Amino acid sequence: MSAPSTDIVVSPGSPVLAAGHDYTTVTDKITSVVLQRKSGLPWRLAFAIALLLVMVLTTAVSYLFLRGVGIWGIDIPVAWGFAIINFVWWIGIGHAGTFISAMLYLMRQDWRTSINRFAEAMTLFAVACAGMFPLLHLGRPWEFFWLLPYPNTMWLWPQFRSPLVWDVFAVSTYATISLVFWYVGLIPDLATMRDKAKPSLARTLYAWFALGWRGSARHWQRYQMAYLLLAGLAAPLVVSVHSVVGMDFAAAQLPGWHSTIFPPYFVAGAIFSGFAMVLTLAIPLRWAYGLQDFITIRHLENCAKLMLVTGLIVAYGYAAEAFYGWLSGNEFEMYMNVNRAVGNYHLTYWVLIFCNVIAPQFLWFRAVRRNVWLLFIMSLIVQVGMWMERFVIIVTSLQRDFLPSSWGMYYPTFWDYATLFGTVGFFSLCFLIFVRILPAISISEMRELVHKEAA
Amino acid sequence: MNLPHPTYGLLAEFDSADRLIEAARKTRDAGYLRIDALSPFPLPELDEALHLPRTRVPMIFLIGGICGGLFGFFMQVYSCVFSYPINVGGRPHYSWPAFIPITFELTILAAGLCGAFGMLILNGLPQHYHPLFNVPQFDLASQNRFFLLIESGDSKFQPNGTGEFLRSLGPISVSEVPR
Repeated sequence: MSAPSTDIVVSPGSPVLAAGHDYTTVTDKITSVVLQRKSGLPWRLAFAIALLLVMVLTTAVSYLFLRGVGIWGIDIPVAWGFAIINFVWWIGIGHAGTFISAMLYLMRQDWRTSINRFAEAMTLFAVACAGMFPLLHLGRPWEFFWLLPYPNTMWLWPQFRSPLVWDVFAVSTYATISLVFWYVGLIPDLATMRDKAKPSLARTLYAWFALGWRGSARHWQRYQMAYLLLAGLAAPLVVSVHSVVGMDFAAAQLPGWHSTIFPPYFVAGAIFSGFAMVLTLAIPLRWAYGLQDFITIRHLENCAKLMLVTGLIVAYGYAAEAFYGWLSGNEFEMYMNVNRAVGNYHLTYWVLIFCNVIAPQFLWFRAVRRNVWLLFIMSLIVQVGMWMERFVIIVTSLQRDFLPSSWGMYYPTFWDYATLFGTVGFFSLCFLIFVRILPAISISEMRELVHKEAA
Repeated sequence: MNLPHPTYGLLAEFDSADRLIEAARKTRDAGYLRIDALSPFPLPELDEALHLPRTRVPMIFLIGGICGGLFGFFMQVYSCVFSYPINVGGRPHYSWPAFIPITFELTILAAGLCGAFGMLILNGLPQHYHPLFNVPQFDLASQNRFFLLIESGDSKFQPNGTGEFLRSLGPISVSEVPR
């Protein structure tokens, strides 16, 4: 019945899509991942591990509610430990999703099409993980709504001049807009799922969330405009979110934090780690579901190139920090730089330099960029490096501030690690469920791409 | 006399986007006004073929953004200047540059929410029942087929003549859309 129309087939030489695909094959291949294929052993194994880690997380959080933040290693002077490191790390990872879906859309980069859906899902799950940490760090997490401006019997308002309050608005706006953008993008695909699924509860749910989408030209016109404008809003939003996170630090007087380079350098670092996470997810995803036709080596190579560029900006940030520390002639700033390199936590600093500055230089070589295994390893190295960066910024600055009488050490506890790895499990669990229930690649945009690449 | 027509309209099925665009153009030129084209991905050429007016979606974004921004800014002014003034190192209460980040965030938030929901409302979604879903092959409209609909409410609509006309455009099939 649905014989493929002969004239609309992707021609050989298309860098973003394997040759020979038409509307039908693209649609069938992506929907079959959810509708036909069994989950398979690798998926079940990953799911089991992720579920185990989520149990670790719930235990750690329950114990935290019971005993308070004293179960973590934080103390004076290092009051911002793993919670803030993990917050900044997770929210940074999310940024590449928005970068791919919004900025590359505005720049008409066709190769974003097959990776934007799961990159946006990655953003949502990463922001969910990030959002947990400041709340858990509050001490009394059940009073979290005190962060929001609302008429209250205490007659109090949040301090609107503080970057920490800006963060509440930035992160909650970011989470909301990312969700809306993702859902709007999903509507036509949910309609496809509705039409392809056999009658079942799943089909009813797809139909429900597809809102009765029927692909009318009038609808597409408004839809395309709304999608474009949402991309236009999300692009500056993503820059603002990590800039505000950077200002959380830059507004303090502490050596190593009080620097105007923080907002741009944080944004670059965020996208750097985010592209690493995109690769970490894309490489197993295309392998497990045979999606090499859609997520081609060209996609991986482009992600690697962006990782290299943002990595160089981050390296410039490190160099500028050290240089301005020296140029300032301020003994505290100079000591901060020395302390990072040879102080108590020098190991984390050198791991950071290796992971974020030295290792990415291999991405200059085309052979490395096109080697799936090396890229996967590289993506893990970068994520470790970016976590170390946040550790170095937060801990080394806090543990040695102006007065030696207020110097101290920070030792993370078992519960710190349990919470960190617990959120890794939570993130993985969300992602594993996502690939089984929703199309991981935007089908309608892929059909549009087929149309374009055949023309 | 003004009983509604027993069918909702006639639906022609095409196998390529170009044929749909051409058919839409011809149908519009033939004087049909209550027509719609349905495709599995957006075809900007249809806007011109169907003479669609410019969409009002950008205006909703703009108005939402302006309202969100004004609300965000004046909420902070009200809090910091009138309701709860705190002297921080002698700085002015009306320290507007510090209010910009939250103003910006609320501008984006309100614009995005108004725009996304506005788009759905203008499209009349959610609308889970539509006569088109009664046509069996319409399932393919979200997959690989392209459809052109002429509603029976069109003043030029004639059950036989319109069917003939649609068949002359080279479709795979023409079917009635039951109500």
